[in-house]
Formats: sequence, structure tokens, C-alpha cells
Amino acid sequence: MNPVYYLYLAALLFTIGGAGVLIRRNAIVVFMCIELMLNACNLAFVTFSRMHGNLDGQIIAFFTMVVAAAEVVVGLAIIVSIFRTRHTASVDDASLMKL
Amino acid sequence: MENLIALLVAAPLVGAALLLCGGSRLDRAGHWIGSLFAVASFAIGAALFADMLGKSPEHRALHQHLYSWIPVGGFRADVAFQLDQLSMTFVLLITGVGSLIHIYSIGYMAHDDRRRRFFGYLNLFLAAMLLLVLADNYLLLYVGWEGVGLASYLLIGFWQHKPSAATAAKKAFLVNRVGDMGLSIAIMLMFTTFGTFAFGPVLASTGATSQGRLTAIGLLLLLAACGKSAQVPLQSWLGDAMEGPTPVSALIHAATMVTAGVYLITRSGAVFNAAPDAQAAVVAVGAVTLLFGAIVGCAKDDIKKALAGSTMSQIGYMIMAAGLGPIGYAFAIMHLVTHGFFKAGLFLGAGSVMHGMNDEVDMRRYGGLRRYMPVTFVTFGLGYLAIIGFPGLSGFFSKDKIIEAAFAKGGTEGWILGGAALLGAAITAFYMTRVMLMTFFGEKRWDPEEVHPHESPKVMTIPMIVLALGSVFAGALFSVNENFVRWLEPVTSFAHGHSPLSATAVTSATMVVLIIGVGIAWAMYGRRPVPATAPRGSLLTRAARRDLLQDDFNHVVLVRGGEHLTRTLVYLDHSVVDGAVNGTAATMGGLSGRLRQLQSGFVRSYAVQMLGGAAVLVAATLLMRGV
Amino acid sequence: MTVLAAAASTGEAVQFWLLGIVAVAGALCTIMLRRAVHSALSLAGTMIVLAIFYLANGAYFLGIVQIVVYTGAIMMLFLFVVMLVGVTAADSLKETLKGQRWLAAGLGIGFGVLLIAGIGNASLKQFNGLGDANAGGNVQGLAALIFTKYVFAFEITGALLITAAVGAMVLTHRERTERAKSQREQSIARIKEGKHIPPLPAPGVYARHNAVDIPGLLPDGTPSELTVNPTLRGRGQIRDVSRESLAELKALERRSEKWLGRESADEPEPPPSGGPAPKEHTEGAKK
Repeated sequence: MNPVYYLYLAALLFTIGGAGVLIRRNAIVVFMCIELMLNACNLAFVTFSRMHGNLDGQIIAFFTMVVAAAEVVVGLAIIVSIFRTRHTASVDDASLMKL
Repeated sequence: MENLIALLVAAPLVGAALLLCGGSRLDRAGHWIGSLFAVASFAIGAALFADMLGKSPEHRALHQHLYSWIPVGGFRADVAFQLDQLSMTFVLLITGVGSLIHIYSIGYMAHDDRRRRFFGYLNLFLAAMLLLVLADNYLLLYVGWEGVGLASYLLIGFWQHKPSAATAAKKAFLVNRVGDMGLSIAIMLMFTTFGTFAFGPVLASTGATSQGRLTAIGLLLLLAACGKSAQVPLQSWLGDAMEGPTPVSALIHAATMVTAGVYLITRSGAVFNAAPDAQAAVVAVGAVTLLFGAIVGCAKDDIKKALAGSTMSQIGYMIMAAGLGPIGYAFAIMHLVTHGFFKAGLFLGAGSVMHGMNDEVDMRRYGGLRRYMPVTFVTFGLGYLAIIGFPGLSGFFSKDKIIEAAFAKGGTEGWILGGAALLGAAITAFYMTRVMLMTFFGEKRWDPEEVHPHESPKVMTIPMIVLALGSVFAGALFSVNENFVRWLEPVTSFAHGHSPLSATAVTSATMVVLIIGVGIAWAMYGRRPVPATAPRGSLLTRAARRDLLQDDFNHVVLVRGGEHLTRTLVYLDHSVVDGAVNGTAATMGGLSGRLRQLQSGFVRSYAVQMLGGAAVLVAATLLMRGV
Repeated sequence: MTVLAAAASTGEAVQFWLLGIVAVAGALCTIMLRRAVHSALSLAGTMIVLAIFYLANGAYFLGIVQIVVYTGAIMMLFLFVVMLVGVTAADSLKETLKGQRWLAAGLGIGFGVLLIAGIGNASLKQFNGLGDANAGGNVQGLAALIFTKYVFAFEITGALLITAAVGAMVLTHRERTERAKSQREQSIARIKEGKHIPPLPAPGVYARHNAVDIPGLLPDGTPSELTVNPTLRGRGQIRDVSRESLAELKALERRSEKWLGRESADEPEPPPSGGPAPKEHTEGAKK
């Protein structure tokens, strides 16, 4: 088996995550889909690391995880504070920033 | 000595500042202060003149550099004065006649509440005029040029409570702007051509410059001269300028300011000598104006307007002479000086008559005044004899020389110019005799119950006597030994013209036309009684009364034309310019109205757009790699 | 190890195809299940599969971190928030934005095809394997890189994490504008109001259970709103057992009458089970 299949899997997972972002209205689920996309990227990075025979790809994946953790913390805080004031977690309801 | 030059300008300037800023505290002494500064300026001028006479002709020119005004890169404007023979002549004329008229005004304006202000303006005028003739470069000359325009505006409109005076002031100012524009463009052109606008370098390098440039500069300078000196086609303001007080008419609109154009052309003689086309235009303007002014002067019943027409005509003589080149410059200036004497005297006489006649200006309401104001009669009469060129008086010498020089121009041109000058002399004799007869001779046409003609006070008559003496003797003094020509020669250069007619023949012809003109006037106004209301008159008379339709022409061509042009421009502005601008705005507005629909506020719509963009980027990247 | 070689072994291929299907299924479940909790669990499954793939690709450290940090910490954080926000009620999957679903599907498929085409086009034939890189140990290798080549990025991510933590606190912190009421003040206010002067009744009274989600029954057998938490009521997580209880009561009465011989023929035997309870909790409501 050629390890390039991992890349196909990553592309597939990334696309599924993207579609989820577009389709789901629940902000928490949207966030999960973003996590899915990040994970797909990480898989690609790890595969690339194996392909090139060095550890730089894994480092990038590692940093992605750190950044994702920071993002999740802030994002979930935003969701909680929106829920407190508006009693909803739907991204469609937060649509005041329009003309 | 040259350090005194700045004082010439400074004295009246200080006087003006003192009088205009001093407030009503100076009301009682204002006229004495103003006159004092004018006389002081004359005294300095006289001292400089005495000093100048003591030097050899080549070393007479003085130069004073005050400070660098605008030094920017290659552009350098200095406040520097140059006092040569030409400037000296003007300085003496301006300060001399100016001082006399200051003194005269003490009496003439005695009953005016705003006399202090009047003297302030007069001093301001003196300062500006002296700056004009003393400047050593065109830019500083321009400052003086605008300064005299301002003073002229203020003084014409001095009686601003009269709508006619206010309008006349505005008219004079606006018409002068046209000429001033010519001068400013000429200065810019000089700078681009010569890289400087100081008299010395500009006039010295005319030989190495293209004919076209010089012609353009010359024509622009002529335009400036036309505006300031009331020459055709910018002559229309001078008649209305008579709305100002009579001393103003005498000083500014007869003796000094209106001759600034002649000064400009004479000063720029080197430019005109090198540009024959411009010179031809100068001659044409002078010849046309001398006839134009004379005809207008014949028809006016207002004594000051008749004299204004005469002024226009006499300046036409000077401009024509200046246009003749080296054979005419000296005579132009000579006529300018003698004219300064006799025309100022005539105006002061007219002022004296008005003073005694309750400010009546219509000559048809005068008549037989010689018994009531003998001093005025005698001085006015001497001025009259001088202007018509009576043998032995100053006008005879100066005008005769100009006619001679006109013939000396040579060829058909010479004959036409000489003929025009002779015809002008005849008409001059006619209208001046008419003025004389209608004012001082014949029966009384005024109501003795209401008007009590009387002689003016001494403070007014003494300047008139001095000016009359000048108009009698100046010409002879200048002509003996060709004094004046030799005096000016280092500045203006001089060449003897070769007239096809001998000097005697020209003089005889002048005498003949003089007698014809006086005779016709005598036949029309001396033998028959003058009607108190003007008869309808011939077509030419009526046209001349209306200043030969100059205002009508201006109105139809310039005002109406301007209005139509403006309307067209407004229409174009509305439909084309505004249409384009508003159309763009409306298009943008409509477009944004549609575009903002994309801003739905739904974050998922934005996400779709982002994904679309990302897809396009990936596709583009793949395509680029695939190629 | 053979897994680090350029080409994967047959074992790895089997592993890939089995677990890959699980991963895709988990991802699909994540975006398709109506309940956020289920989505989160599916995603956790996908992540664990990915962790195994990391291990298979020689990223031992990342594989463990994926399990411990991602699946263990971050996903639990998600679950916390799901509980906190209380979205146990299922989301409606009906689309409200016009054309959104079609656009999403079209763009998603197009994008995926583009990505896969791109990968297929690229010449990715040569895999070097991580044998050399991991020779001194994977963690040591990563550490050597992080603390030399990537030390600035590492420091900056540290700053980022602190900022994120502070930011989360700032965002969720609510400043009190007035002093909290003491218990005494609350009781005084309650008496002034005149309603519910005694403490609220406990749940489950007269009902068969005393769990918090079962309202207590009033003497006439109807459920009391006061006995359950308003939050649970708002979520629709209340199990109403009033009808069951009434039915059971009736059955008991009938049996006792039968026993006493006062049988009344007009009343038929009621059904053994109660009326319809809230749909989701039918299972739990059964005894």
C-alpha cells in the first residue's frame, strides 16, 4: 500500500468537515467540524513528514494542535457568552452585522 | 546720494500710513501732514536732480539695492531702485504736480468731512506712482502698477455715497485688471525667456531672443499700457473716472497715472525696437486713440468729460510717438511732461469753475465767466493756448515734434500717421476752443438768483498760476538746444528722423489746421448763442456723446457674450459634468445596493463564499502547475 | 520497524482500510447526527482513529498527544460546553438559508475533487520513511527541533496559549453590578411577595420515582410544575408519570374491590401500561 492514501483520507475528512461547517447551524457542532478539518490537516502533515523523512511535518502538526487548543478555548468562551445573552447557540441568529 | 531714493517713496508712504491709520485725531491737521510729505518728497527729488545735473550724462544713473525680496532657486526678485534721467523726469513731474495738487486740494476739499482720508489716498498714490517709476525690475514695477490702480479706485469712488461714483470706480478697476493681466503675463514670459525681469539684463539681451517671443512680450506690454493709459480698446473707464474729485482727475487721470503706459513702453524701448510688429501695433493704437478721444471730446457738454476725452487724445499722441521708436521716445516724454503741466492746470481750472458754480459741470449752464473769476480765466486760457499748440507755448513745441516724427516714419505709413496727427491737432483746436468759449465767453446761461460765481481762494489759485507758468515756458525751455532730448538720450537713445516734409512745412501745416479748428469753433459757438439744452445733433455727435458707443459695444459684445457663454457653461456643467458625476454616484449607489445583498449577516453564507474562494485558489494553483 | 519504511506493509494496509472506513463514518456522523453530544462522540472516535494513524506513520509523540490532549481534553471541553449550553434537544436539520445546502454540497464535492486530483497529480512516489529521523527516538527528535529551529514559534505559541486563557476568562466572566442577596433578604422578599412562602416541594412526591426529572404529583394526580428544575423543564427533559400513576391507582382500586367482592361490571380492565410519556424517554420511563 502506498502511504499516499493517507493524503486522500485527509482530503476526504477535510472536505467532510468543510461541508459540516456550511450545513450545521449549531455553533458547537460547527466548531467540531473545524476541529475535524484541523485534524485532517494534521494527518496530511504527519504523512508528509514520513514522505520527506524528517520531523518538520510533525512539528507543524504539533503547533497546529496548540493553536487549535487556544482557538477552542476562545471559541467556546464566545459561544458561552453568546448563549448567555441570546439563549441560543445557532450561528444564524447572530446575524446583526449586516446592512 | 543713492540712499535718498528710497526716501522718495518712503515719505508719501509714511504720510499715507499716518493719515489712514491715525484716526480722527488727525482730522484737523491731516491736509497739512499730507501736503508736507508730498512737498518733502519733491524736495528730495529736487536735491537728487541737482546732484544729477552735476554729473556727466553717462554717469547720472543711480542704483539702490534695498533687500532681496524673493530669492528662490533661480528666481530672484529684489527691492531695488534705479534713478536715471527718465525716472528723474517722472519723479519731478509726479512730486511737483502732486505737491501743487495737494495744496490745491486743501482749498477744494475744505468742506469735505473725510478730507484726511482723501489726503491719505493721495499720499498712497504718490508712493505707488514713485515706486512704479523708480523700480529697477518689472516685478517691483508691477507692485507700483497695482498700487496706483488701487489708489485710483479709492479716489474715483471717494464719494462712494453716489452710486455713479461707486460704479465708475468699479468699472475703472475692472477694465484696469485686463491690462494688469497683460503685464503679469508679460513678466512671466520675460522670466521664462530671459530668466530674470530686471530692466538691465532684460533690455540688454533682446538682440539674442526670438522675434516671436519679443512680439508677444511687446503686445502684452501694450495691453497693459492700454489699460492704464485708457487707450483703445480699454479706454472706456476714463470718462466715468471723472466722477472722482477734480484734483484727482487732475493728478491721476490727466498728469501722472494715465501716463504710466507711456513710461512702460518707453522703458521697454529695447523690446519694441527689436519687435517691429509690436511697434506697429503701438503706433496704430496711439493713432486711433488720438482721433477717438478728440472726437469724444468735441461732443461732451460736461467740462470734465470733455477734458477727459482730450486727455485720451493727448496720450494717444504720446503712445504713437513712443511707437515710432528712437525718433519718438524723447518727444513722447516731452509731450508727457508739458501735457502734465497744462492738462493739470486745465483740470484745476475746471475745478475752480465748478467750485464757484455750485459743482455744476454742464458747460451749457456756464457762459461769460471771465469777469467773475479772472485768475481762473487767465490760467485756464494759458493752458488752452498751450494744448492747442499756440506758437511759443509748451504744447506747440512738443506736439509739433511728434507730428514731425510721425511724418518721419516714412512711406505711406508716415503720411497716414502724420495726417492723423494733423487732423487730431485740428480737432483739438476745435474742442478746446469750444470749451473755452462755452465757459468764459458768451452770455450768462446761469440763474443769477441761485448761482454766485466767485474767484477761488489763494490756496487754489496759486497752484494754478504755477502750472500755467509751467505750461507757458516748459516747452521752450526743453526745446532750446534740444535740452530735453539730450537729457534723455543716454536712457532712451535718440535718432533724428528724416521727414519728407521740412520742419517749416510741418509747422506751417500745423498752424493752418490750428486756425481752421479755432475758426470753425468760433463760427459755431462764438458768433451764435449757445443753446442751454443740447440740440439733438448729427449721428456722429450723438454717437460721440455716448463715447462713440464704446460702452454699448462692450455691453453687446463682452457683457452679453459673457452672459451667453456663462449660460452655456452652466448648462454644460449641469448636464455633462454634473451628469457624469451624479451618474457615477447613482451607478455606484445602485451597484452597492445590489452588492450589499451579499452581506446577509449569516456567517454560513460567508463561509460558503470563503470555500468558493479557496476552491478557486486551489484550482488556479493546480492549473499553474499543470501548464 | 517496517512501518517506517517507504512502502507500507500489508498489515498496515489492512489497518488503513479498516480504520479509514471508521474514520470517515465518524466524520459523517459528526456532521449528520442531530444531537451535539452524539456528534462530539463520533468526532472523538474519528480522532482516536487518527491517533492510530499517527502512530502508524511514525509520529509516536503526536499519536499519544492526540489521544491525551485532543480526545481527552479538548473533546471533553466540548462536552462540557454542550452540557453547559444545554443543547441536548436535537437540532433541526432543516435548512433555513436558501440554496445553502446545494451550494455547500456542490462546493464541498468540487473542493474535495480538486484536492484529490491535486494529490493524484503530484508525483508522490518516493517515501523516505522516518527510520533515520526517529533513530534517536521520536520525542528526542521533536524536542531537538522545537528547542532549536522552532524555538521562537514555540515561545510565541506559549504566549498565544496564555492570551487565549486570559481571553476565555474575560469573555465568560460576568461582573456583578450589585451585591448578591443574602438568604435572609431572599426570605423576606419571598414573604413580601406572598407566594410560595415555604421551600419548593421536592420532586417525585407521590410518583413512583424521586429522580430530579420526575415532577411530584398533586393530590388529584396531576404533576406539579414547581417540583422540577426550570432548566430541565426548558430542555423538555421531564418525565411525566402522572398518567401511569393514575392508571396504577385505578388498577389497585379495582383489584381491592374485586377482592372485597364489590365487582362492578361496567368498568373495563384498563391497559397495563401508562399513557404516552415524552418520546425520548420512553425507555427510561418503563419500570
